[in-house]
Amino acid sequence: MYIYDQYDQTLVDERVAQYRDQTARYLDGQISDEEFLPLRLQNGLYIQRLAPMLRIAVPYGLLSSRQLRALAEISRKFDKGYVHFTTRQNIQLNWPQLEEVPDILAELAKVQMHAIQTSGNCIRNTTTDQFAGVAADEIEDPRPWCEIIRQWSTIHPEFAFLPRKFKIAVCGSEQDRAAFLLHDIGIQLVKNSAGETGFHIYAGGGLGRTPVIASSIREFLPRQYLLSYLDAILRVYNRYGNRDNKYKARIKILVKAWTAEVFAERVEAEWQQIIAGQGDAATQLTEREIERVKGCFTLPDYQQLDAAAVNAELQTQAADNLPFSRWLSRNVRDQKQPGYAAVTLSLKPAGVAPGDVTDRQLESIANLADQFSNGEVRSTHNQNVVITDILKSQLFDFWQQAKAAGLATPTIGTINDMICCPGGDYCSLANAKSIPVAEAIQRKFDDLDYVYDLGDLELNISGCMNACGHHHIGHIGILGVDKKGEEWYQIQLGGSASKQAALAKVLGPSLSRDEVVEGIEKIVDVFVDNRLEGEPFLATYQRIGMDKFKERVYAQDA
Amino acid sequence: MHKMLSHGVVVEDNWTVVTAPDLESGVLPAGDILLPLNYWLEKRDELLLQQADRAVGVWIDSHEEVEALVEGLADDLARLPVVAINFPKFVDGRGFSSARLLRDRYQYQGEVRAIGEFIRDQLFLMQRCGFSQFSFANEIDLQAAAASLKDFSEAYQTAADQPQPLFKRLR
Repeated sequence: MYIYDQYDQTLVDERVAQYRDQTARYLDGQISDEEFLPLRLQNGLYIQRLAPMLRIAVPYGLLSSRQLRALAEISRKFDKGYVHFTTRQNIQLNWPQLEEVPDILAELAKVQMHAIQTSGNCIRNTTTDQFAGVAADEIEDPRPWCEIIRQWSTIHPEFAFLPRKFKIAVCGSEQDRAAFLLHDIGIQLVKNSAGETGFHIYAGGGLGRTPVIASSIREFLPRQYLLSYLDAILRVYNRYGNRDNKYKARIKILVKAWTAEVFAERVEAEWQQIIAGQGDAATQLTEREIERVKGCFTLPDYQQLDAAAVNAELQTQAADNLPFSRWLSRNVRDQKQPGYAAVTLSLKPAGVAPGDVTDRQLESIANLADQFSNGEVRSTHNQNVVITDILKSQLFDFWQQAKAAGLATPTIGTINDMICCPGGDYCSLANAKSIPVAEAIQRKFDDLDYVYDLGDLELNISGCMNACGHHHIGHIGILGVDKKGEEWYQIQLGGSASKQAALAKVLGPSLSRDEVVEGIEKIVDVFVDNRLEGEPFLATYQRIGMDKFKERVYAQDA
Repeated sequence: MHKMLSHGVVVEDNWTVVTAPDLESGVLPAGDILLPLNYWLEKRDELLLQQADRAVGVWIDSHEEVEALVEGLADDLARLPVVAINFPKFVDGRGFSSARLLRDRYQYQGEVRAIGEFIRDQLFLMQRCGFSQFSFANEIDLQAAAASLKDFSEAYQTAADQPQPLFKRLR
């Protein structure tokens, strides 16, 4: 992973000192609430329903075992001994004290972590594929590019007070596992006919109140121009994005208002002026810098293994152990390196808020990473944790330890692996609770054979239209709404976060808290009744349409 | 007397920011003045003739485009001692881009002054974008505020204060 040099470390340390001074002046009454708001947000601190919440940056989801142990210690010392993994691959503390946040940030800085720009109207954490570096369908490892973007965006002098928040995702593979078309900027790594790496740039995607799939604005950007082109997009947005209405302020509204073609032209014109003004091509990335950053993302020394023999042994182990076999089928995937596997540790056991882990579990994850891998893990936008580069011959031992730590729930990619925001239990923006709905669904679908038979089914829950739970892109989406002070749930169907991204459509009138689980059950029943052999939910929905689902859910009882 | 920060030092600010209502009377205030862009464009010739005894600069608001200023002023731009950029709210970040364009694209060498509702904790960023002077709307401890100009000792990106990115200079 990327290791800080003296400049990275100094910058993070100076940020802690800056925020310590700002907090002191705020507590002393020298900074008003209104002025402190963006300062604390850009250091990750929200004021929530019950307590402040601190969002810690996990750049593109990569964490070392040392960082995991530090997070465990911080959660014990400053919080209640657990943390929450978010849909932006970040980590949240739910109960820090405002006065102690500078100390928490100082502890984080000791392990090369920070909370810079994890909130506020600025450039947020750049996200990517959790299988970067090991995915069989990878064009190029996206993480060095994410790190280059991280450094460019960190304390960018011009773009700290944008009209609204700004999110960038990078996709380095054929399959999209980063939902990159639902970001303000989506970057697809591509190769041109000469075999050179470049970027296909998309802009104007996003969820929230007005979900939009990003538009292509440049099909091939030569790689040395990445930062100047990003500067051009951000400058156009900073100058012309809507600042009068926060609900119309995201870049997607500007792209729509201008049309993608006009937006692309404006960006192109700005970019041409930027590069024309740089006599000595100042901001062009150099090969030396690209290689320096790439050199940080080392892969282990892989052994040459007889893949057939390894797989045969695994089959034997699985044959007489149903739970292990189940876990293998859902939580383990092949890597491009034969004989090695990537495991998804589930943070979704029934009865626990999706994405929550205890301090002890963080330490267990660190131990697993040290013992079976290279001491690194990846958080995912589905709120799980991935450990890569595990010898397949060691998977059985790995599984037993993961199971003992409560991290081996074998439901990855199923209806029980839902994405879920913290909702009304924590968040002051939420209209409705989401965690209890997730739990009720998990309890309803507790027969693993049935869950497996349903196959890949993404169910996403958001407690309000801000869509932190990505409800628009779930195969089944649930959105919490407020009706005269009561919590209701709107159901949506047919969303997809894949490269064939689709936004879900509303099923019909929202359901009460008592009706929502039954409604989901009916939807699943319609799928089961209508599916062709082996067909996944989304394909069935696309084939038969909305009406059959609607009829069943809203049928009057006889 | 109002004071401001200029190149990190506290100095007297004896400039008057002239707004549209001030102009309705038809009489300009005495002393050094900052005029709205449109007024300057309209009255340029007489202003150039009549204002020899005092300094005159131009201010633009956050929504006004630097391009309009540059096109409108043409050769006058280089002769202006001050271009001020107004912040109607401190969270309105358009002024950051305006300053960078003035410096990076149009090579403006005079003073770029922040006026309006910006806050002390933005100074480091504003300085990087090319602001050289800070005239706060409220009376604050400018000596203490000057410390915010030095919040960071290094920066990754190019900006008006640094034409080379960190990776080209130090890595």
